[in-house]
Amino acid sequence: MSNKLLEKHLSLYSSQLKTRKLWNILVVFLLTISFLISSTIIDFNFSNIVNGVPRLGDYISQILPSLDINLIFENSETEGSIKYWYFNFKKYAFLLYETFNMAVVSTTIGFVLALILSFFSARNITPNIYGYYFVKRFLEFLRGVPEIIYAILFVWALGIGPLAGIMAISIHTTGALGKLFAEVNENVDLKSCEAIRSHGGNWLSEMRYGIIPKVLPNVISYTLLRFEINIRASTVIGFVGAGGIGQELYLVINFNYYEEVSAIILLIIITVIAIDISSSRVRQKIVGEIND
Amino acid sequence: MAHLEINSLVKKFAKTKAINGISLKIFDGEMVGIIGKSGAGKSTLMRLINRLIEPTSGSITYNDIEITALKGKNLREWRSECAMIFQQFNLIDRLDVLTNVLSGTLGINFKILKLFKFYNKREKIEALTYLNNFELSDKALQRVDTLSGGQQQRVAIARAMMQNPKILLADEPISSLDPKNSKVVMDDIKRINNQNGITVICNLHSLNIAKQYCDRLIGLSEGKIVFDGNPSSLTNELAEQLYDLENE
Repeated sequence: MSNKLLEKHLSLYSSQLKTRKLWNILVVFLLTISFLISSTIIDFNFSNIVNGVPRLGDYISQILPSLDINLIFENSETEGSIKYWYFNFKKYAFLLYETFNMAVVSTTIGFVLALILSFFSARNITPNIYGYYFVKRFLEFLRGVPEIIYAILFVWALGIGPLAGIMAISIHTTGALGKLFAEVNENVDLKSCEAIRSHGGNWLSEMRYGIIPKVLPNVISYTLLRFEINIRASTVIGFVGAGGIGQELYLVINFNYYEEVSAIILLIIITVIAIDISSSRVRQKIVGEIND
Repeated sequence: MAHLEINSLVKKFAKTKAINGISLKIFDGEMVGIIGKSGAGKSTLMRLINRLIEPTSGSITYNDIEITALKGKNLREWRSECAMIFQQFNLIDRLDVLTNVLSGTLGINFKILKLFKFYNKREKIEALTYLNNFELSDKALQRVDTLSGGQQQRVAIARAMMQNPKILLADEPISSLDPKNSKVVMDDIKRINNQNGITVICNLHSLNIAKQYCDRLIGLSEGKIVFDGNPSSLTNELAEQLYDLENE
């Protein structure tokens, strides 16, 4: 390469680098400005947080159990023991089990509906372009409304209990998973679909054999992740009477049964961590096996 | 005699004419090689015959039935009679060899149970027989993406055979294969043509292989037929013109 040409390339490279740096500075500047504007609008400031934190500490110290190290393993009649703190353990365990099952059922319903709808809401494989727009907007509506609002509606319609919670989470899961599955479908290589079409296969055959085997690892991964989210969601929507441990938690908070609040919260945290760990292991195993 | 007839076929992509007024007849049992450099319109012609894409104008008929006018079930029936194999094999990577071969029946005999991998015993036996013919029966339950390129292309041919096709369209079937596997695959395609009497239309880059295996060659350049005849009548001058002096 001649020196003249080399110099030309170098100067072109330097000018491109300079432009890129200027753009980066502009983007960081705009992000900072938008952060400051947003903070002002919502009255976000650190002094409020600093002033509020001690009050948070007050509440936490109130809900902590009065455990006595010398009496910790005594019976449920003895104040200061774990059994005394967890005198209602059987009830909590049952409600946690109910919460878990709510998440299982609602994730399953949401998964099936989302998978079906995702074939219509992926632009590259939809059988009908109008159907595509309709289903896409429908999924946006389903996930646009928070679960708690659905839960309030279903508690009003179906009465207090887990059924309302299952309906609420199923609907939201359908919307959320439907979008994720559709995006996975849109990124799939369509060679197998083309082959199935070329030997006379219909749209259903194309979806079953051309799409599902390819998207399966991502679909399973997203579903298990959603299951973890739904465990937490099942707890929260209990606050509006949609069953599970959340309903009990709401009750003890309202009645200021402080020690019961901490007992339930600790159980929820342990359950969520256990499910998160086992679910991510299952996810890695299944996805790994499918990819092998 | 039954034949495939193409009349004044045109296919435009934006302003480019990929196929520019082609007319030809292909008779049952022929093994026709379509030759020409990249971009000559070979793959487009294949896709038009299978109706994977729509022509801009012109028509294709088979036994006086206008293929270019078919819709719905009739179109799917035509596609199942007109099997296609691809350069990249286009198999269902994550599934086993047997299921891939059985998926060839989705067009001719669709049943909802097939979506759950329930195929009848006759179809399974037929699929295993084809795999045996291609020396792949021991790989039947293996994931198809674990096979070599040559083996995958033979699975694709077995899948095509499950359609009981009248025509086999082979779109660059050996472009992704080494010379040894190319020979095995071309031998298989020739055997299908000879023994089963299936018409084969095969896109090929290699002029030597096209001359070796095909009874008739059709040379395409810029979407037009510039040669149509038996391999021996293709002069070096014309071959050089077809490939812009670069090939063979």
